[in-house]
Amino acid sequence: MSFTSLIHAVIDGILTGGVYALMAAGLTLVFGVMDIINIAQGALVVLGAYMSYELSTKLGIDLFVGLLITVPAFFVLGVAMEWGLMRRLRDQDRTAMSILVTYAVAIIIEGVLSVTFGVDYVQLNASYVNSTFHILGFYLPYIYVFGFILAVVMLAALYYALYRTQFGRGVRASLQNRTAAELIGVNVSRVRAVSVGIGVSVTAAGGMLFGATNAFNPSSGYDLISRLLSIVVLAGLGSIGGALVAALFMVTLEDVVAVVWSPVWATLVYYASLVVVLSFMPNGLFGKAAVRAQ
Amino acid sequence: MTARIPVRALGVVIALAILGLFPLIFSNPTDTTIAVFTLIFMVSASAWNMFSGNSGYIALGHAVYYGCGAYALTLLANHLGFAAGWGVFALVPVAGIVAGLVAIPTGLIALRARRHTFVVITIAFMFIFQLAASNLGFTGGTSGLQPPTPLWSVTTYNDNFYWVTAIVLVFTVALAWAVRRSRFGLQLLAIRDDEERARGLGVRVGRVKLSAFVLSAIPIGMAGAIYAYFLGQIFPQFAFDPLFDLSIALMAFMGGLGTVAGPLLGALVLESLQQYFTIQSGASQVYLIIYGALFLAVVLLLPRGIIPSVEELIRNRRARSAGGAGSGPPEPEDRGAGVVKPAGVA
Repeated sequence: MSFTSLIHAVIDGILTGGVYALMAAGLTLVFGVMDIINIAQGALVVLGAYMSYELSTKLGIDLFVGLLITVPAFFVLGVAMEWGLMRRLRDQDRTAMSILVTYAVAIIIEGVLSVTFGVDYVQLNASYVNSTFHILGFYLPYIYVFGFILAVVMLAALYYALYRTQFGRGVRASLQNRTAAELIGVNVSRVRAVSVGIGVSVTAAGGMLFGATNAFNPSSGYDLISRLLSIVVLAGLGSIGGALVAALFMVTLEDVVAVVWSPVWATLVYYASLVVVLSFMPNGLFGKAAVRAQ
Repeated sequence: MTARIPVRALGVVIALAILGLFPLIFSNPTDTTIAVFTLIFMVSASAWNMFSGNSGYIALGHAVYYGCGAYALTLLANHLGFAAGWGVFALVPVAGIVAGLVAIPTGLIALRARRHTFVVITIAFMFIFQLAASNLGFTGGTSGLQPPTPLWSVTTYNDNFYWVTAIVLVFTVALAWAVRRSRFGLQLLAIRDDEERARGLGVRVGRVKLSAFVLSAIPIGMAGAIYAYFLGQIFPQFAFDPLFDLSIALMAFMGGLGTVAGPLLGALVLESLQQYFTIQSGASQVYLIIYGALFLAVVLLLPRGIIPSVEELIRNRRARSAGGAGSGPPEPEDRGAGVVKPAGVA
């Protein structure tokens, strides 16, 4: 282990962490607004990756330009999921039932992708995926930097929309107290549908970046969902800024352990550190204590 | 109400008769293989429900105890030099105890958290155990381990495993029934409904939750042990499988969370269906779509699970035929509508 490889691990962890934060943002937003744990988030990431794959290989559309198509398409998908499934769950056991419903969605997405694309691994290709640049004594593909910038920009936009706009106030109001929000004139059902739409559409971008930095197949979503769920819970459910911090922390930790100790133990340390942190901070790093005592 | 107990007793007798007669009628190895897997999942779903269904804490990491049972049987059989055959089955209860012992520290840590954090900690434990099994020396790493393989003919092989699993199943269901009927079970239900109030009323919530958690891990460990011996090999990603966690939760939900019969019915339907689809469609993934769509339909149409929904239907019909008025209105189901309307205003 040398000092440069340690630096390399930290930089790699930060850049990849940004992508993970973007993938986790949709999960945390949907949870915050709907009290729904979206197990299909991993499958949606993979779906987004496959859509970008189709657009770039069949139609020759650039990965980033393709987002102009996939992001709105995912918005529609998210609204449809909210309207068709999530709002049909009863309030009292909504969270538990949501795990089942979204798991079913994940299975269906996996099945459709397997039938359409087969189970072989693929990866997104573009000039900036393959070419690298030189920094601090090692080479880094451009996509990591572009991906990090895109992730940070989208998270900032999401943060702005939630905390600085009328819509965001509506979202946060219906999150804190549904009845009160309705009494002051917030259309809670619409706010919820739009929030899930936004949460899912952000995932399309996360999927493209995931597909460009990892090889994937239809069942890649399962490995992903447990990681994203860890990030979101570590951050404190519903916290977008927290998701960024938690993702950077977890992914960097994993990369550093891989260099300092051994790659085979890195993932174990990842989950073990999650358990340790949550044992002492059950609400996560940025979660409010005892949210909405029921 | 008087007709109720005989109906239930009759159901138990019929279920036991089917359990006993099945291998005598179906001797085709394909059928009996499906049957053994189905029984393994009936044990697991029933045991999972004993903790999660009664307490309301959704654990998605019980594969830890399944895997521990599987590895315990394999390691003990190999290191203690058990000859392949009936003798190895003696290790099944031992594997259950090992799983129960593992459940004590993991349960203590996980149960410090509530709700979503609890769910995620159990998932994290599952991955920690899977990764440890993949990387440690004594578990054979990713290439796994092999328990001794008995030299029985295919039919006897399946039948023997069927009988052993059936015994474990009867034990598990008896345990689940006893828990449900006991003061301990009532304390669990109180925790599910309102943990703070239960604590205030003098329920030792920490102790009750941990006991139920450990109790539910034991049959799952036994199921895992049978699974390892039945398959003749064990790999980390199959012993500690995240899909196992979701499957048993789904089975319990589908049949009816917190009931004794529900998880059994759910496992019977889902596992046999899944095994059948897998065999029928071979490598094709179409079954995933059918399975997912079916699953979705059940969750949305019968949100409380099959057993409670059917019971309610019968109760309503009885109330109606008994003369209607005064026998209580049917419980408003109101799913969907309740979400759209302002729930708190009314």
